[in-house]
Amino acid sequence: MQDLKELREIYCDSLLQMAETNKNIVVVEADLTNCIKTGRFKAAYPDRFINVGIAEANMIGICAGLSTCGKVPFCSSFAPFATRRCYDQIFISVAYSRQNVKIVGTDPGITAELNGGTHMPFEDMGIMRNIPNMVCIEPTDAAMLKSLMPQIAAYKGPVYLRIMRKKCEQIYGDGAQFDMFRAFTLREGSDVTIFASGIMVSRALEAADKLKNEGIYAEVVNVYCWKPIDVETIVKSVSKTKCCVVAENHNVHNGLFGAVSEVLAANRPVPAESVSVKDLFGEVGKIPYLEERFALRSNDIYDAAKKVIARK
Amino acid sequence: MDKQKLDFLNAKSDEIRKILIEMIGRLGVGHVGGSLSVVDLLTVLYYDLAKVDPRNPADPDRDRIVMSKGHAGPALYAALASKGYFPMDEIKTLNRPGTNLPSHCDMNKTIGVDMTAGSLGQGISAAVGMALAGKMDKKDYRVYAIIGDGESQEGQVWEALMFAGNKKLNNLTVFLDNNRMQIDDYVDNINSVEPFDKKCEAFNMQAIRVNGHDKEALEKAILKAQKTKDKCTCIVMDTIKGYGVPWAVSKGVGSHSFTISEKEWREFCNKEAD
Repeated sequence: MQDLKELREIYCDSLLQMAETNKNIVVVEADLTNCIKTGRFKAAYPDRFINVGIAEANMIGICAGLSTCGKVPFCSSFAPFATRRCYDQIFISVAYSRQNVKIVGTDPGITAELNGGTHMPFEDMGIMRNIPNMVCIEPTDAAMLKSLMPQIAAYKGPVYLRIMRKKCEQIYGDGAQFDMFRAFTLREGSDVTIFASGIMVSRALEAADKLKNEGIYAEVVNVYCWKPIDVETIVKSVSKTKCCVVAENHNVHNGLFGAVSEVLAANRPVPAESVSVKDLFGEVGKIPYLEERFALRSNDIYDAAKKVIARK
Repeated sequence: MDKQKLDFLNAKSDEIRKILIEMIGRLGVGHVGGSLSVVDLLTVLYYDLAKVDPRNPADPDRDRIVMSKGHAGPALYAALASKGYFPMDEIKTLNRPGTNLPSHCDMNKTIGVDMTAGSLGQGISAAVGMALAGKMDKKDYRVYAIIGDGESQEGQVWEALMFAGNKKLNNLTVFLDNNRMQIDDYVDNINSVEPFDKKCEAFNMQAIRVNGHDKEALEKAILKAQKTKDKCTCIVMDTIKGYGVPWAVSKGVGSHSFTISEKEWREFCNKEAD
């Protein structure tokens, strides 16, 4: 089932809605206004919209300066350029300086499709997760993005938001509410937990359906906030199921598998398997090719679940 | 500038240099040269032209002073201490565990510091952001950013200058501390940033070149920048690394960071043993 709206439309709708009452909301772009589609914000609030041109380091620095004057800047680019390209600027001018800047990275992982390896971020959440106090969130669908945007704006501190630009599969009903710092248990189960984020959530549900046909009950937990991670929900789930699979549209190193494994090792060690990109660069292709190339299909989750259950 | 004002400013820059040398001297090592080269500018800003008040350091309407060459933190701290932003005794804590005066400027630690800097090239972008915020809010505060010539080898500096020039940010003044030296050698021997003024003009800015130790010339240039309505101004300050302390100047390129003996700093500051 497809949601009617693209995520970028939801993003801009939220900004417009918040900007009415919050005069400090500012939108900063680096020549991708037409891709993230914040043109409506520019039209409505021309004085609160800045396009710095193709200069992401300057974009981040300008956002930091705006924040010192009380502004709440939302800036965006394709995820590799919003994070990797200007990592030190984010690290020093935003995070170390404790500035209230919201950074949006679009086209996560294989959803970069035909833009290929240069534009395909498998590492963005990992490098951002390594910055002290950086909140890292990957909203799952339009309903969740809509619910989280006001919380992200109200939260005082740097946030990295990893979103698809276009339409994505609808997991939650319109109007669903989420807490930006919690994980959400989508389906209860007793035999294995599947922790999933982003496009992997629908694949996790498919895998759970297939497992159910064999009498295996998988719990599906949507971990959209990678940092700070919801330790309580993770530990509670694996205490019941005694094993887990982590599914992410991201490199295996320092991603969600790493974040969940840190929680498990410190609190409740159980066998864990990873469905993720195994230390590879991206390449051009459409989703069906790429999900097979990088083994990110629901079948890969299904296989990993069988494997991890056997390790219990 | 009348003689009385010039005498006053000269006395203040002498005082700031002494605080600076005592601060680094008590620790024994630090970024001496590039701190001393911006003292005259800081004196003119803090004691003459910048709209700042140590009793209200977070005033949203204050002028902002961004030390983008963050290793000149000690010069900024000396100016702030002299103005009374924090107790003079704090200068003894420079770079010691738990200090509010770290090697490089930190806005969350030191009262009066407007931006964290130290990773070169970043402060000037933040200054552009502050100037844009001032325009958005229709405030008349000004933003002063101090960058180094060596620092200007960083690409981000040019991203920021290009944008500031094109957006005609007349509330932003960029100062180049053109002391012609960087850690490894003379700037010209490594990768010259000259002619900096011509480059700024090519970036649609107003450029003014002055002797960075001539307070009258600095004042005149800053006043001109303040009156300019349609351009962002860059003031290229030709300076001498270590200026005001002969044994610092004599170290040449080595003046960037070096050790100071107790005898040296006490003699310079006319201070007896504690």
